[in-house]
Amino acid sequence: MSGYFSEILTGGKSLLVGLGVTFKAMLQPVVTVQYPREKTDVTSSNYRGHIELVRNPETGSFKCIACGLCAKACPSECITVKSEKREGVKGKVLTVFQLDFTKCSLCGSCVEACNKGAIRFSQDYNIAGFTKEEFHYDLLKRLEEMG
Amino acid sequence: MEITSFLPPDIIRMIVSAVVIISFVFLNAMVMTYAERKLAGHFQRRPGPMEVGSHGLLQVIVDGLKLIGKQLILPKDVDRPLFRLAPLLAFIPVVLPFIVIPFSEKLQVADLNIGLIFILAISSLNGMAVLIAGWSSNNKYSLFGALRSVAQNIAYEIPILLVVLTVALMANTFSLKGLVEAQSGMWFILLQPVAFIIYFIAGLAETNRAPFDLSEAESELTAGFHTEYSGMGFSLFFLGEYANMFVVCSIATILFLGGWHGIPLPFLEYTGVFWFLLKVYALLFVMIWCRWTYPRVRFDQLMNLAWKYLIPFSLVNFIITAIVLVIVKL
Repeated sequence: MSGYFSEILTGGKSLLVGLGVTFKAMLQPVVTVQYPREKTDVTSSNYRGHIELVRNPETGSFKCIACGLCAKACPSECITVKSEKREGVKGKVLTVFQLDFTKCSLCGSCVEACNKGAIRFSQDYNIAGFTKEEFHYDLLKRLEEMG
Repeated sequence: MEITSFLPPDIIRMIVSAVVIISFVFLNAMVMTYAERKLAGHFQRRPGPMEVGSHGLLQVIVDGLKLIGKQLILPKDVDRPLFRLAPLLAFIPVVLPFIVIPFSEKLQVADLNIGLIFILAISSLNGMAVLIAGWSSNNKYSLFGALRSVAQNIAYEIPILLVVLTVALMANTFSLKGLVEAQSGMWFILLQPVAFIIYFIAGLAETNRAPFDLSEAESELTAGFHTEYSGMGFSLFFLGEYANMFVVCSIATILFLGGWHGIPLPFLEYTGVFWFLLKVYALLFVMIWCRWTYPRVRFDQLMNLAWKYLIPFSLVNFIITAIVLVIVKL
């Protein structure tokens, strides 16, 4: 019998506290959005979307120097970097930067390997598709399209 | 020619009340489904149904149409007659109590002098419907759901009966109208708070509502006793559940919360229905609130609560009430 009545009291009290918690939650504004029509931005800087090229604020073009370290660091070989020599330009010029996102495991080795800070994780999350080819991203083109 | 010349007024009265009651049961189920989904949303800080109609108001109608349009699947090796009978048996007994519920002083189909016993007798048929549904489905989940439900209903009917008896002892009547009239001075919840709490907890269990919804625990039993039902077969169980909730809450209102009594409005004999429904839906809100607050209890906890807490308390409450009543009368 010991603890019989105290159990009723403490149990009943905790049940009332629980009801209080949900009642307060009911009165607070909703936190979800009606997804396909309303979208929210990713607010966490830790979010890992597929990688993207970083723009150089001075030139307005990409920061990438086409060294290819990222492609070498990638364990699943999903990055393709191609470049050419142009007259009057020092160093190589990036012509192709492709990511095969079907193989990417978002490990971040490429971002770590880049010592120019030219690639970073994007905040894209709306990336459902019907074919494999839709996930072969041309990141150079993407950078141009983003304006 | 007057309609009463070929139809006796009693029959007209019967037909009208049957139509009104059944439409009320359906309307109640619609309102409750919407309220449940909307409230569930807000308890979890979601908006709930928003897409069909303004704030999802038409969602319930669309869902209803979908259920009517669905095929009535008859799984292999089910016990055909029983399988078809069970949903009807789940639905009819919960409609019958509406006959004796006094919505206001004059809005009552029939004032039986044993109204309370009538309701209790009829509503215990619900356990039978669940058992038949679970047994005839030829499905282990259904059977387990049904077994649990029957054990639960038997355990929780005892405290309900004891508590109801206590109140009937105070009012000295079994007529629901008489019970409400006995509370014109003071509501019984003030004299019998323990009885009210016991009744409400047992009522939650009796209607198979969360946290006592072991008979349809999704995570363990798929959907429990109605796993194999589709379309209107399922909807009748569903309608039955909401009608049953309404009945349980209206008995709570009649026994403890003074029925139709409230601040007097014009045409008092009829507008009492406003106060009655207000109280019933407030209790229904608490039921929904409990569902979205508490996790499901384990089976042994369920049985412990009934046999170790509710039944002793209601028994002691009953005896004390009886003794006090004898002393007061002396």
